[in-house]
Amino acid sequence: MSAATAATGVEELDRRQPDGAWTTLVRGLRLTPEFREGLWVTLLLAAVATVGRVVVPVAVQQVIDRGLRTGTGEPDVTLVIVLVTVSAVVVGLTAVAGYFMNYRLSRATETALSALRVRAFRHIHDLSMLHHAGEHRGALVSRVTSDVDTISQFMQWGGVVLLVNLGQLLIATAVMLIYSPPLVLLVILSFAPLIFLLRWFQRHLSAAYSAVRERVAELLTAIAESIVGAEVIRAYHIEERTSRRLDDAVDREYRAQRKAAVLSTSMFTSAELFSGLAMAGVVVVGVLLGVDGQITEGRLVAFLFLVTMFISPIQIATEVLNEVQTAIAGWRRILNVLDTEPDVVDPATGSNAVEIPPGPIGLQFEGVTFAYPARDDEDPVVVLHPLDLTIAPQTRVAVVGETGSGKTTFAKLVTRLMDPIAGTIRINGAPLDRVRFASLRRRVVMVPQDGFLFDASIHTNVAQGRPGISAESVRLAFVELGLADWLEGLPHDIETRVGERGEALSVGERQLVALARAYVASPDLLVLDEATSAVDPATEVRIQRALDGLTRGRTSIAIAHRLSTAEAADEILVFDRGRIVERGTHAQLLNRDGTYARLHASWVAGTAVL
Amino acid sequence: MLGKAIKTEPRPFAVALCGALLYAATTVGSAVVFGRITDLVIVPAFRTGRVGAGTLAAAAAAVLGVSMLTAVAIVARRLGAWVMQLRLHATYRRRITRHYHRLPMSWHRNRSTGSLLSNATADVDAAFWPIAPLPLSCGVLVMLTVTAVMLVMTDWALTLVGFSVGPAIALLNWRYNRAVVEPATLIQERRAQVSGIAHESFDGALVVKTLGRESAETQRFEQHSERLRDELIRYGRIRAIFDPIMEAVPNLGVLGVLAAGVWRIQTGMLSEGDVVQFAYLFTLLAFPIRAIGWVLSDMPRSVVGWERLQKVLRAQPDTTDHGGRIGRFGDVRGGPAETDLIDVAFRYESDQVLHGVSFRAPPGRTIALVGPTGSGKSTIATLLVRLADPAEGAVRLDGHDLRLLTRGAVSRSAAIVFQHSFLFDDTIRENITLGEPYSDEDVWQACELAQAAGFVRALGSGLDTVIGERGTSLSGGQRQRIALARALIRRPRLLILDDATSSVDTAVEAAILRGLKQADLPSTIVIVAYRQATIALADEIVFIEAGTVTATGSHDELMTRVPAYQRLVTAYADARSAPPESR
Repeated sequence: MSAATAATGVEELDRRQPDGAWTTLVRGLRLTPEFREGLWVTLLLAAVATVGRVVVPVAVQQVIDRGLRTGTGEPDVTLVIVLVTVSAVVVGLTAVAGYFMNYRLSRATETALSALRVRAFRHIHDLSMLHHAGEHRGALVSRVTSDVDTISQFMQWGGVVLLVNLGQLLIATAVMLIYSPPLVLLVILSFAPLIFLLRWFQRHLSAAYSAVRERVAELLTAIAESIVGAEVIRAYHIEERTSRRLDDAVDREYRAQRKAAVLSTSMFTSAELFSGLAMAGVVVVGVLLGVDGQITEGRLVAFLFLVTMFISPIQIATEVLNEVQTAIAGWRRILNVLDTEPDVVDPATGSNAVEIPPGPIGLQFEGVTFAYPARDDEDPVVVLHPLDLTIAPQTRVAVVGETGSGKTTFAKLVTRLMDPIAGTIRINGAPLDRVRFASLRRRVVMVPQDGFLFDASIHTNVAQGRPGISAESVRLAFVELGLADWLEGLPHDIETRVGERGEALSVGERQLVALARAYVASPDLLVLDEATSAVDPATEVRIQRALDGLTRGRTSIAIAHRLSTAEAADEILVFDRGRIVERGTHAQLLNRDGTYARLHASWVAGTAVL
Repeated sequence: MLGKAIKTEPRPFAVALCGALLYAATTVGSAVVFGRITDLVIVPAFRTGRVGAGTLAAAAAAVLGVSMLTAVAIVARRLGAWVMQLRLHATYRRRITRHYHRLPMSWHRNRSTGSLLSNATADVDAAFWPIAPLPLSCGVLVMLTVTAVMLVMTDWALTLVGFSVGPAIALLNWRYNRAVVEPATLIQERRAQVSGIAHESFDGALVVKTLGRESAETQRFEQHSERLRDELIRYGRIRAIFDPIMEAVPNLGVLGVLAAGVWRIQTGMLSEGDVVQFAYLFTLLAFPIRAIGWVLSDMPRSVVGWERLQKVLRAQPDTTDHGGRIGRFGDVRGGPAETDLIDVAFRYESDQVLHGVSFRAPPGRTIALVGPTGSGKSTIATLLVRLADPAEGAVRLDGHDLRLLTRGAVSRSAAIVFQHSFLFDDTIRENITLGEPYSDEDVWQACELAQAAGFVRALGSGLDTVIGERGTSLSGGQRQRIALARALIRRPRLLILDDATSSVDTAVEAAILRGLKQADLPSTIVIVAYRQATIALADEIVFIEAGTVTATGSHDELMTRVPAYQRLVTAYADARSAPPESR
C-alpha cells in the first residue's frame, strides 16, 4: 500500500511548527491529573527543604556576631551551643521535608507517567495509520518508552534540582538583603553581565543540543538499518561500505557532542569567574562598609558564604538545560500522538451505536469511494471509484486483480481498518461505521498476508482468536484445516515457540498459524487477504478445500493472486484500476473472455501440467 | 575497564587529571584564602576601624586569582574528561558495529534488533558513563587527603569533627549503593520488557486490530508498565531517603566545626580565620563528595554495559576464513559457476533442519529447489552464499569448499535474492548498485530485466528517488523487483532466487522469467519455486522433503517417478480439473 500518502498524522504534527516550551509543559501537565494531585503540598515541602540551605550561612553569622563578638571579648560558648543545636534541628527538619518532597514527587510522577504511557499506547493502536506505514513503527515505540523516560528523569531529577536551586537563589538573596542591601546591589551588578552572557550561551547551547539529538537519531537509524539488513549486507559483501557509512554517522555525532560540551563547559565556567568577581567586590566593599560600621563582621562572612550559593544554580542550570529540552521534546512527541485523531473511530459509546443484526452476514456498498489524501501539490489518489455492490449472505467471494487495482483497499474497507471518503457500507443493513468494534471484530475477522505472530507458543498465538481455548481445540483446528501432519513435524507440537514476529517458522508456516488463529475465532465473515501466498501448492489446495467445507453457511471474501481460490468461489469480483470490471462465477467470466479470462490464462500457463 | 579506557585515550585523560588536581588545589586554596582574609583583613579592620588600600587590593587579587585558576581547572577537567568519554563512545560504537558484520547470521538470528541496537548505543553509553566524572573523583580524593592533613596539623578538635563526618558520608554512600542495586537492575529489566511489548504489539498492529485485541494488548502493556512504575517508585523512595541525608551531613559538619571552633578559640588554640576556613572548606567539599557517590551508584550499570559489550566483542565469527587460501578465484569473471552440496547437515538450535543433502548445479544450468512449506529450501539457499556454514558436509563453489575462500570471494561470484526484500533508506540507484560504479545504462538495463523500469520511471525522481523511511514507499512486489535488479546488475556467475517473486503479479512474474531466459546471463541459477512456470525454467529439479533431498531429475522424470512431487506441482491443476466434491 502506498504508505507515504496514507497520512501518518502523528508525523505531520511533528513536522508542524512546534508549540512553545511553556505551552507544551502546561498541556502536558493538564494531561496528567495524577501529577497535579497534591502538588501544592509537594511544592510547600520543597520550599521548606530549600530554607535548609541558608541555615549554615545564618549560623555562621550568628556565631560570629553573637557568640564571638560578645562585648566582654570572651566567646559565649553556651550561646554558640544553643545556636548550633537549633541549626542542627532545622537541618534535620529540612531533611525530613526533603524526604517527603522527593518521595511524593517520585510517586506522583511515576503514577502519572505510567498512566500516560498506557494512554499513548492505546491511542497508537486506535490510529489506523499503524498498518499503513510499517517503517515508522520504531519511532512510535519510542514515544511510549524513551520519550516517557526522559520526562520521568526530568521531573524527578532536573526539574527538582532546578526548582530547589531557583528557591535557593531567591532565599539567599532575601537573607543577603537583610544583611546588607548595598552589597546585594554589588553582587547583582557583578552578575549582571553574566545574565546577558547566559542568554547568549543558552541560545547556542540549545541549538547545539538539538543538533546532538538529531545526530543521535540519525546514528540510531543507520545502526538499525545495518542490523536489519545484515543478511543482504553479508550476501553482497558490502560490510566495508556499510561500516564507512556508520563511521560517518558516529563521527557526526561525536562532533556535535563535542561542540555541545565546549559550549556547556564555557557556560559552566563563566559562573565561577563571575562569582570570583562578586566575592572580590564583596570583600573590598564589605570591609569598607564594616569600617564604617554599616555591617557586622558575621554578616560579612556569611555574605561570602551566600555568594557561593549563586554559583551552583547557574552551573546546574547549564547541566539541566539539555534535560529540559529533551523532556519538552518528549512531551511534544507524546502530545502529538494523543492529538492525532483516529481516522476510524469505535462508536462504542455513541448513542446511535449498533450491533450487527444476527444471522449470516450480507454486505451492501452504496457509492463507496476511497482516496488517499492529497500530498503537496499532487491530486488526491483515488484508489476506489464509487462502488455499488451487494454481497449476499453465505456466499464465498473471490477478489482478483493486479497489484494496485484496489482489492486490498476493498478488504480494509469491509473490515473497517479504513473508512471510505464517501458512500456507505452496510452490514446486514446496519451502517458499518455505527457498528460497535466489539461486535464487528467478533463477527468479522481478517487474515492479513504477513502472518504476524507474537513471540509465544503456537497455542498462545492461536488462542488470540478465541481467548481461553483449550489445547485440544487448538489441535483440532489444525486437524480440521488439514494441517495435522505439519503439526506433527514440529518439535513441541502446539507448544512450539514461534520466535520474534514468528520468525522461527518459515513465512508459509506463519501463514498457517495465522489462518488457524482466525479459524478458531469462528467469524460470520472471514476476509482472507492473500492469506496463503507463501504456502506450497499442495498445502494451499488442501487448506482451501478444508475452508470450503468449514465456511459453508458463512460469508467469506478471499483476495488472491493465485487464482486457484477464484476457481472455487461462488462469485468472483475482478478489480481493475479501482473499479469492479467484471463479476460472476468462474465459468461465466471465462466465457466473457475479458480481464479475468486474461488473468486466468496467464495463471494456467504458469501452473499447468507441462 | 577504566584502565583500558585510559590506555585508549591517554592524552585527554592526562589533561582532565591535571585539571582535576588543579581544581583540588584551588578549592582548598580558596578556603585557605578565605580564612586568611578573615584573619588578616576582616578581623583587624573591624577591630581597629581602619583598613589599608594595599591590604584590600591584595585580598581582592587573591580571590580573583584563585577563581581564575579554578576556571582554568574546570575547563581542563571537564573538556578533557568529555573528549575522552566521547572518543571512547565513538571508538566502541565503531568496534561493535564492525563486529556485527563479522558474526554469523545464526548469532544475529538469536538476537532482536532492539538488543543489538542498544549494544551499540545505550550499552556503550552506560559502560563509559563513569569516565566523565572519573578525573573529578581523583581530584576529590586529593582534596580529602589534603583537608585531612590540614585538619590534623591545625587542631585535634576540628580533626575529630572532620573525621566523623567523612566516614559518615562514606558509610552512607556505601549503604545507598547497596540499597539501589536491586531496584536499579529490576528497572532496567522492566524497562526492556515494556519496550519489547510495545515493539511487538505495534509490529503486530494489524493482527491486534483485526482480532479486536486492542484492550487485551493495552492490559498486557499496562501490567508491565505498572510493574515498572512500582519499581521506579521504590527506587525513588530510596533516593528520597538518602539525598536529603547526604545533603544534611556536611551541613551538620559545618555546624560541628562552628561549635568546636568557638570552644577552641576561647581556649586560644585557634584563630577565627581557621574556623571560617574549615567551615567554608566543608561547604565546598559537600558537592564533590556527593558527586563521587553518584559515580559509585552508577558503577553497577556501567559494569553491566561493559560486560554486554565484551560479550559481543568476544563472540567468535564461526564462518572464519580458514586461512583464506583461495581468494583470487572469485575475480575470474568468466563463465557460469558450478556449485554443489556434499552430504550437508544443518541445525537451527536443536532442530535438525537439513540432513544428508547432496546435489550439484553444473555450470550454466538452472536448478529448481522444490518442496513443501518448511522443508528447508531457504536454508539451502543461504548455505549456498555462505550466510551460514553447514554443521556437517561441505558446500562448494567451483569445487572449492566455501570455508576455504576469503571473505567476499563468494559474493563476487554469487548473488541471492531473498523472499523478504530488504531495501536501504537510500536512492533506488544506490539500492541497486550498492556503491559499485555501475553506469546508469547498466542500472536501467537491470531494471528492465527485473520488470522494474516501468514503475521506477513513473516515480518523481527516477533512479534518484529516495525510498524507505524518509522517502517514497514501494509495494511488496515493487520492492522485490528492486532487489532482483540489485542481483542482476552484478551479472553473477551463480544466481540464487529464494521465492523472489512471491509478491509479484502472475503476469509480471511471467515477464521476469521470460526475460531471464532470454537475457543470456552468464549464470548458473538456483531457484526456489512452487509454480510450474518457474519450475519450467529449470533444467533439473531437486525435490526436498523434511530437510533432505528425496529425488532429483528432470520435471518429467519426477512427475512419473515421485508421487509426492507430482501431487505438489499439480495441486492447482488437479484442483481445477476436480473441483471440491460438493457445491
